[in-house]
Amino acid sequence: MLKIQNISKTFNPGTVNEKKALNQVSLELAAGDFATIVGSNGAGKSTLFNAITGAFFVDEGQILLDGEDITFRKEHIRSKVIGHLFQDPLKGTAPHMTIEENMALAYLRASTASHAFFSRINAKEKQKFREQLSLLNMGLEDRMKQPVGLLSGGQRQALTLLMATMVTPKILLLDEHTAALDPATAEKVLELTKSIIAERQITCLMVTHNMHQALELGNRTLMMDAGSIVFDVQGEERSKLTIDDLLQQFQICAGKRLDNDRILLSK
Amino acid sequence: MESIFTLSILQSALELGCIYSLVALALFISFSILNIADLSTDGCFTLGCAVGAMVTISGHPLLALFAAMGAGIASGFITAFLQTRMGVPSILAGIIVNTGLYTVNIAVMGFSSNVNLFGCDTIFSLAKDKIQASWYNDWYKFLIVFLIVIVIGIILAWFLNTRLGLSIRATGDNEHMVRASSINPLFTITVGLCIANSLTALSGAILGQYQKSCDINLGTGMVTIALASLIIGETLIGKGSVIRKVIGVILGSCLYRFIVAVALRMNVPAEALKLVSAIIVAIAISFPYLKEKAAFQKQRTVAMRMNKKGGGSAC
Repeated sequence: MLKIQNISKTFNPGTVNEKKALNQVSLELAAGDFATIVGSNGAGKSTLFNAITGAFFVDEGQILLDGEDITFRKEHIRSKVIGHLFQDPLKGTAPHMTIEENMALAYLRASTASHAFFSRINAKEKQKFREQLSLLNMGLEDRMKQPVGLLSGGQRQALTLLMATMVTPKILLLDEHTAALDPATAEKVLELTKSIIAERQITCLMVTHNMHQALELGNRTLMMDAGSIVFDVQGEERSKLTIDDLLQQFQICAGKRLDNDRILLSK
Repeated sequence: MESIFTLSILQSALELGCIYSLVALALFISFSILNIADLSTDGCFTLGCAVGAMVTISGHPLLALFAAMGAGIASGFITAFLQTRMGVPSILAGIIVNTGLYTVNIAVMGFSSNVNLFGCDTIFSLAKDKIQASWYNDWYKFLIVFLIVIVIGIILAWFLNTRLGLSIRATGDNEHMVRASSINPLFTITVGLCIANSLTALSGAILGQYQKSCDINLGTGMVTIALASLIIGETLIGKGSVIRKVIGVILGSCLYRFIVAVALRMNVPAEALKLVSAIIVAIAISFPYLKEKAAFQKQRTVAMRMNKKGGGSAC
């Protein structure tokens, strides 16, 4: 599904702030793969996501999505088939537009041709939005005419997830999407994520700082350090792995101790 | 003393209010929705009036309205092009286009600073003879502008719920979301500004035919006046669905004209009106901020008094 070949990206080349954010990264995800990514701050996890979504073009290498070369495709064109959730729940929805309008936009942008400027939502589709919202168990189905700005962070993130998967994306990128939520809400959003991904067989990459999640969720775990994928485990080998093993593995691969409080605390 | 509220004052306030409400709707798109202060509004209004007047003189009053809208789209496109493709900050792009339009407007009017339409057919003179009734003779001007504004309002409310309309609204609302969605902000900003400026120019063209003249300084301060109408409308009707906001903007514009008419009636000199509208806008925009500050100050005073009174016993 997703095939990344030797991509590299250097920010601010030739200056004192030069940073090699991605260093010859290669990764192949099969359709339906659900991989978690761990790594300390600045390891290149978000940069990898931004390379896939097209926030910048890579210096070298190639990105293929579903057999198509998207390396130099513009961000707004490829984002039609890529779902992207951020840590900040405010980033995924438009606060002054109603829940219904936000969903309409997400639905229309993914389901209609790019030149169908004047397509609109009909009553049947509105009913469908209602049903999808009721699955969240947050009472949002009765607040569809309210602006999204009135919702809590957890509600907004759940809505964003719904919007990103309304029309099944080719790949879903979750960038610590539950990290800014309180534990109960985070749990709820995570459950929702799991069920949507399992139900629709969505290919997914998820960044997390929670070692437990990293091993529990999905079928594959990746570890990044200094712009490279240093550890990649799946199948039987992964099911035997413990959190301590993972931390030790990091020490071996990266040649240093994991210096991230959030990772150690979430152990 | 004669009453300051007469029917004729109400009537002209409604007529002018409807005409100028198109500019307020334009700012509703550029300022409220896209979050861009489009300072080319003044020049674009005069451009619409000038183009409309010239086409009217040549004998096509209806075509004049569409020609003006076309000119407005062109002006909006240049403003949008400067800010989306040339890296000019949005406020500066508006100022640049506004400055350039002064020369363009003079040129359109045949290098003269004003033209008049006396003796020419206008949309108003054409409609006047259609029905022979005394009420119609009194109200036909209002009916025409009201009809135009209603049609534009309905189209706008419909458009803002289409895929493109929703994308334009999201562009001004959350740039992060837009980047992660398949929306090209360069495109939506361009479309939004073209629509906004076409409405501004249409307003200018209708005003030209209404007062049968066009002057190079017609548009001066238009952006402030439209902003005043927009803010009055938003304060009155509040927020809600798109159609509610559109109605609010139109009503705000009529109310503003009514305030102006009453002020004129009370012997406020016409020259002072621009100052009055500037003050209205300044107060209206700063009001929510001052309200919040006052509430905070009050809370602080109450808390301090409680502390003094209760001392340590409260803890």
